[in-house]
Amino acid sequence: MKIVYTDNNATTKVADEVINEMLPYLGQLYGNPSSMHTFGGQVDKKVTQARQRVADLINADPEEIVFTSCGTESDNSAIYSAINAFPDKKHIITSNVEHPAINNLYKELEKTKGYEVTFVPVDKKGLLDLDLLYNSMSQNTAIISLMWANNETGVLFPIEDIAKKANEKGILFHTDAVQATAKVPIDVKKTGVDMLSLSGHKIHAPKGIGVLYVKKGFKFSPFLIGGHQEGGRRGGTENTVSIIGLGKACEMAKENLPIMNSTVKELRDYLQNQLLEKIPGSSVNGDLEQRLPNTLSIGFDAVEGESILLLLDRQGICASSGSACTSGSLDPSHVLMAMEVPFKSAHGSIRFSLSHYNTKEEMDHIIATLVPTIQKLRDMSPFWKDGKMI
Amino acid sequence: MWDYTDKVKDHFLNPRNTGELEGANAIGETGSLNCGDALKLFLKVNENERIVDATFMTFGCASAVASSSALTEIIKGMTLDDAAKLTNDDISDYLGGLPKAKMHCSVMGQSALKKAIADYRGVQILEKPGQIVCECFDVTDLEIIDAVKANNLESTDDVTNYLKAGGGCGQCLERIEEVIESVKAKG
Ligand SMILES: Cc1ncc(COP(=O)(O)O)c(C=O)c1O
Ligand code: FES
Repeated sequence: MKIVYTDNNATTKVADEVINEMLPYLGQLYGNPSSMHTFGGQVDKKVTQARQRVADLINADPEEIVFTSCGTESDNSAIYSAINAFPDKKHIITSNVEHPAINNLYKELEKTKGYEVTFVPVDKKGLLDLDLLYNSMSQNTAIISLMWANNETGVLFPIEDIAKKANEKGILFHTDAVQATAKVPIDVKKTGVDMLSLSGHKIHAPKGIGVLYVKKGFKFSPFLIGGHQEGGRRGGTENTVSIIGLGKACEMAKENLPIMNSTVKELRDYLQNQLLEKIPGSSVNGDLEQRLPNTLSIGFDAVEGESILLLLDRQGICASSGSACTSGSLDPSHVLMAMEVPFKSAHGSIRFSLSHYNTKEEMDHIIATLVPTIQKLRDMSPFWKDGKMI
Repeated sequence: MWDYTDKVKDHFLNPRNTGELEGANAIGETGSLNCGDALKLFLKVNENERIVDATFMTFGCASAVASSSALTEIIKGMTLDDAAKLTNDDISDYLGGLPKAKMHCSVMGQSALKKAIADYRGVQILEKPGQIVCECFDVTDLEIIDAVKANNLESTDDVTNYLKAGGGCGQCLERIEEVIESVKAKG
């Protein structure tokens, strides 16, 4: 069966070009970039090129790029570095729709280290309450950390405005740009963020490679203490193969950014509008404008997400649901709950996240599958009768 | 997600006995939209108190649909007295087992059946005895104590898997922990 992959916010296909770039370094060219010999040195050259390519994608200087093992490590490193830099400041500001990669760290810091964390709420469209955010900034705030784009809904936060306010107040600002990278333009110089996380496997590089951008001048303290690698900011022999792959992926992402915001966006909009038109009782989660071009979170009244996903899966369609059903919690995702999406559609919310590998034929296949799937489930739902909710 | 047995998959993909049942003389409803799953069970019971037909309507995940489908297959032909003895394990066993996190789906089947039988017999199911511990899912301390004893549950996760209690806002988790401790303390 042909696979229709529309779960790119979960992970992406490693691009063929990326694999080709990596293969020699997985095979013959296995030298250690820190070695004195030419054999290692040639790998170091390639790592340097990769660092430059990553820097180019976000308009950073190469020395500001720290390679890590994943987005989660980048996020954790940023927060720990901030609290090490300002041990007396016991307040952190974030939002209530962050990724577990960072959200669970806050809970840990609250519980075990006595931190006070302000989880700034979002409105029904997933947009941040900026007044509350600005009012909660204080002398005691060690760091503000907000995601650039939400993984479930694709909703974008106004990172540039917030960074500006944070800078004015002299508060450190970090953004988790794992979902924003390669989908919207990122310019760290213009934005003025202090730290920024990104992750390889969301942008057609392999899993297990991440980046933390650290602005020059910040007294960064390493999360992994060890060798002198990464300018003493992250111990451990470099994951050369993945770094080289990520470099190539960043170069491609820069080229593909216009496609993402034209072709891919048009496909997403086509899918969205067709589904809204053909399936009554459906609604989009999140602001329609302030949103990633590739993401569609759409809720269907009176049906449940896991059932939809399994029926889509039968037709080779990969998507994900907003419900955390398998984790024992039957509540819909914390993101949809924070947005006060009504239960009637929150449980039946599905996320489609596209890439430039998707085609119009694939969108048509999804539409043709989803329409009867929702009908089938509604036919046996006690909350649906004669074409509407009861 | 693919922890499901072939039997569960079969009953999810090809559910038996769905839809409203014309001429039903007993109906049992459990769950709600907010909970994330709900089951409405329709029975046709003859003058000898035998279930001659059963159908269901379910909102929920694959195992909720499969449990409902299995339930209707099991109880068709049973007397109400026998049906009243059915447990959630019978439903789960019929399906070759359910993943732990989905045990509450079989509990839901058992609960809808109880309500349908009460509906037929015209008895009112009284306000639940005991104190509500989990507001989100309307679960009492006595229900938790029963489930802990019957299934040797050890942790709050176990309780959530069986009764859903604690799987919503999570505010009741400490209280659930206390209830589990109290059962253990009494041996
Ligand atoms: C917003 C966001 N932050 C962080 C992560 C974690 O990245 P990684 O899987 O590389 O640890 C993800 C992806 O899972 C994400 O979507
Ligand atoms: S009260 Fe039990 S989960 Fe909310």
